[in-house]
Amino acid sequence: MSETQSQLVADVEKLAHTQVNDCYQCGKCTAGCPRGDVMDIGPTRLIRLVQTGEVLEAARAESVWQCVSCLTCSTRCPKSVNISGVIDALRQISVEKRISAKRFNKTVLFQKEFLRNIRRNGRTNELELVVAWKLLGLASDLNPLAALRDAQLGPKMFFRHKLHFMPGSPVKDKAVVRRIFDRCMAERKSETEE
Amino acid sequence: MAKIGVFTCWCGENIARHIDVERVSKAIESLPGVHCSMNYKYMCSEPGQSLIIDQIKSLGLTGVVVASCSPHMHLKTFRAAAQLAGVNPYMVEMANIREQCSWVHADKEEATAKAIELIRISVEKLRHNRPLQPISVPITKKALVIGGGVAGIQAALDIAAAGHEVILVEKEPSVGGKMAGLSETFPTLDCSQCILTPRMVEVNQHPKIRLMTYSEVEKVEGYIGNFSVTIRQKARYVDVNKCTGCGTCWNGCPNKRIPNSFDFNLGNRTAIYIPFPQAVPARPVIDSSRCIHFKNGKCGICEKNCAAGAINFNDEDKLITEEVGAVVVATGYQLYSIGKEQSNPNLSGYGEYGYGKYKDVIDSLQFERLISASGPTGGEPKRPSDGRVPQKIVFIQCVGSRDNAKGVSYCSKICCMYTAKHTMLYKHKVHDGEAHVFYMDIRSGGKKYDEFVRRAIEQDGALYHRGRVSKITEEEIDGVRKLVVRGADTLTGKPVTVEADMVVLACAMAPTDGATALAQKLSVGYDEYGFLSESHPKLRPVETNSAGVFLCGACQGPKDIPESVAQASAAAAKVLVMFSQDHLTREPEIAHVDESLCAACCACVQACPYEAISIEEIVDRKGNHVKNTSRVNPGLCMGCGTCVAVCPSKSIDLEGFTEEEVYAEIESLLS
Repeated sequence: MSETQSQLVADVEKLAHTQVNDCYQCGKCTAGCPRGDVMDIGPTRLIRLVQTGEVLEAARAESVWQCVSCLTCSTRCPKSVNISGVIDALRQISVEKRISAKRFNKTVLFQKEFLRNIRRNGRTNELELVVAWKLLGLASDLNPLAALRDAQLGPKMFFRHKLHFMPGSPVKDKAVVRRIFDRCMAERKSETEE
Repeated sequence: MAKIGVFTCWCGENIARHIDVERVSKAIESLPGVHCSMNYKYMCSEPGQSLIIDQIKSLGLTGVVVASCSPHMHLKTFRAAAQLAGVNPYMVEMANIREQCSWVHADKEEATAKAIELIRISVEKLRHNRPLQPISVPITKKALVIGGGVAGIQAALDIAAAGHEVILVEKEPSVGGKMAGLSETFPTLDCSQCILTPRMVEVNQHPKIRLMTYSEVEKVEGYIGNFSVTIRQKARYVDVNKCTGCGTCWNGCPNKRIPNSFDFNLGNRTAIYIPFPQAVPARPVIDSSRCIHFKNGKCGICEKNCAAGAINFNDEDKLITEEVGAVVVATGYQLYSIGKEQSNPNLSGYGEYGYGKYKDVIDSLQFERLISASGPTGGEPKRPSDGRVPQKIVFIQCVGSRDNAKGVSYCSKICCMYTAKHTMLYKHKVHDGEAHVFYMDIRSGGKKYDEFVRRAIEQDGALYHRGRVSKITEEEIDGVRKLVVRGADTLTGKPVTVEADMVVLACAMAPTDGATALAQKLSVGYDEYGFLSESHPKLRPVETNSAGVFLCGACQGPKDIPESVAQASAAAAKVLVMFSQDHLTREPEIAHVDESLCAACCACVQACPYEAISIEEIVDRKGNHVKNTSRVNPGLCMGCGTCVAVCPSKSIDLEGFTEEEVYAEIESLLS
C-alpha cells in the first residue's frame, strides 16, 4: 500500500470512527442491504477496497450514492464496523475529489442543496428546497420535462401533510447553526491541507 | 452331550416389533442339543442376566446362545455372566437378530423366519465349540520412546514419573526436535525454548530415563510386552562420559563454514559441533564427512585442545539390544519439499515460487530461525541474500497443502496459526514493515486461536489477501533486488502484485524421513503420505493395530504443540495401563498349527501381516531333526485368519472360528 493510500484509509477511518481491518468479510452487511441487489459494489466489497487501500475506487462506486443510510449494515455487523459511516466518508471524499459516479450527479446536487438549505434556515424549508432543487436540475440538464416530473406528487403529498408550504416554527438562533456548519468546514479544510 | 440354553431378547420393542419372539422361542426348543429356550424383554439387564445364570445352574447347561444385538454390543456382557455361572466364556455365542434382522426387515413373517435360521446357525456352531482359555503373556515393564521432540519428551517423562524405566531414542545429537528451533509459540507468544529446555534437561537427568541421542532403531522383534529392540548408536567420536561440554573443541575447530541443519542451512557450524547452545546432552559430535582429520589424517586440533581427552577418532557405531514391553512412536514431521526435486514421484514441487533459486524465498521453519533469539541472526529478521532488514514480507499459506495436482490433499492445520504469529513477530521487530499474507481459508479452530489471528490483522496490521500466488520473480527495482509476487485478492476480485523483500512459504507438514521404514519394522500401518495409522480415529487414537505400539505427535498427522503433548500423555497413559498388570491377558481366538500335519511350506509365514508365524525345527530326544513346522507366536497373533485361508494342507486353524465350527454353521443353513 502506498503512503497516499494509507493516508486515505486513515482519513476514512477517522471520518467513520471505525477500524476497517476489523472486518472479516462475512458478507452480512450486503446480505441485509435493502439496496444490495441494485448496487454495483456492495457494502462488503466497499469495505474490502478500503482495507486494501483502494479508497478512490470505492469512492467512485455508484453504490455510495445508492445507499439510503438505513444503518442496517452497521447495526448487524458482528465486528461492529460502522459500514454506513464508511459509506458516508466515501461520499464526502468523492465530492471533495470530484470523482462521484457520473450517473448520480443530480443526487450529489440534491444533497449539497439540502445542506445549504439547512445552513441558511437553521432547518429545512421544504418549499424553498423543492424550488431550488428543480431550478438547479433544470440548469444542469436543460430538460423541462424532468423538472416537472414530480409535479403531480406535490398536491398528493400536501394533502397527506408530507409537504408544508409554510416553513415550520422559525429557528431561534440561525447564526448558531451556521457557525456549526462553518466550523465543520474549516476543520475539514485544515485537516485535508495538512 | 451338549446342553444348550437359548435366550432370546425382545430388546424392548427393537426386536419384538418385527419378530415374533414367542414363536422363535418355541421353534428353537426342538433343535438338537437345545435344553431350554426362553425369552425376556431386556436380556442384558440385571434380571435378564440372572435368568441366564439361574438356568445354567439349575439345568447344568454347557453352552449358551443369546439371540439379541450385535456381539460388538454385548458379547463381553454375556460371556461374563456365563463365567459367573461356571460356564467357559467361549461357550457363549450370539445370534444377531437386531442389526441384521429386526432393524432391516419390515415383514414380520419373514423376519421371524430369518431369526429362527440365525439362531439355528449359532446353536450348530456352539455344538462344535471347544472351551478356550485366555492367553497370559508376561510383560517387560520398560518402554521405548522413539523420537525426542516435544511429544517423545512428554511421553517419556510421564511413563518415568509413574516409576517405569524408559529408553528415549533420538536420531539427532540433541533432544528437542522441531520445537527447540521455534521462536515463540502461538497463541500466547511464549518463548519456545523457555518452555521446552527445562523438560529437555529433565529427560537427561531423570534416573528412570535412559537417553540415547544420535541413535536410531535398527530392528524390532517380539510382541506386546516382550519386544527386543536393537538400537544403533552412531559414532560420535566424542566420549560423552569424559566430555564436560566446555566448548574448547568447537570454538577451536578451523572448519567453520558448514551449513547448520538445525538452522535449516541459514547459519554455519563447525565440524565438531553441538547443534545449538542449549542442546541436551551438551556434548558435541564430529561430522566425519566434513572433518579435516577424516579427510587427510591431519588437523586434530580438537583432540589437542581437549583437556578431558574425550576425543576418540576411532569411535564406531554400536549396536545395543534392549528388552522393552511397549513402544511409543513420536517421530514427528518435516516440511514438504518445495523445490523441483522430489523424493516422492507423486509430488512435483513449486518451481514457480523460486525456492532454492532466489535466496530470499525461504520456508516457514527457516523464518522461525531468523526471528528466534537463538537463531543465526540473533533474532533480527535479516534477509539471507544481503542481510538487509526486509521492509515488506509476503507470507504464502497452503504451499503444498490442499493441492491435489502438485502437493498433498490434506490441510496441514498449523500454518494459519504460525503465519499469523510470523506477521506479528515481524511487525513487533520492524514496526513500519509490511506483512502481506496470501491465504485460501483461515482455519484457526482452538482455544484463543481465532482471536490470535484477528489480533494479527486488527492490531498488528497484517494485510491478508484471499487468494493463491501464481508466480514469484526476482527483479531489480531502484537498485534493490525485489521479489515480485503476483497473486490475487478474490474479495476485491483483482490481481495483486507485491514487490517484496522476502517471501516466506508455509509448506505442508509431512512425516519425517524414515518414518515409513520404522513403521514397517514395527508392523504399524501408514497412509499414502506416510503418516502412521491409529487403530481407530475416534476411540483408539493413540493405539496402533500392532499391539503394544502406540503413537503420538505429528507422525500420526499434522498437529500443533498442545495436541502433540496431549496425545503424548494419552500414549503414556495407555502404556501405564499395560504396565499396571504383571501379565497380559489376550483373547485365545488366535491361529493354531497342527504340527503333525504342517509341511513347513511357509505360505502362512508369508501371508501373516503381523509376522506372528515362524518356522521351527522339531527334534527327537537325541536332538535329531524330525521335521520343520510353522508355529504361531500367541503374543503377536491378532486372529485375522489369513493364514488359515492360505494353508494348502489345512493344518492351521483359528481357535473360536475353526473350520469345523464354520462348516457346521454353513451346513446347518443348507440342511
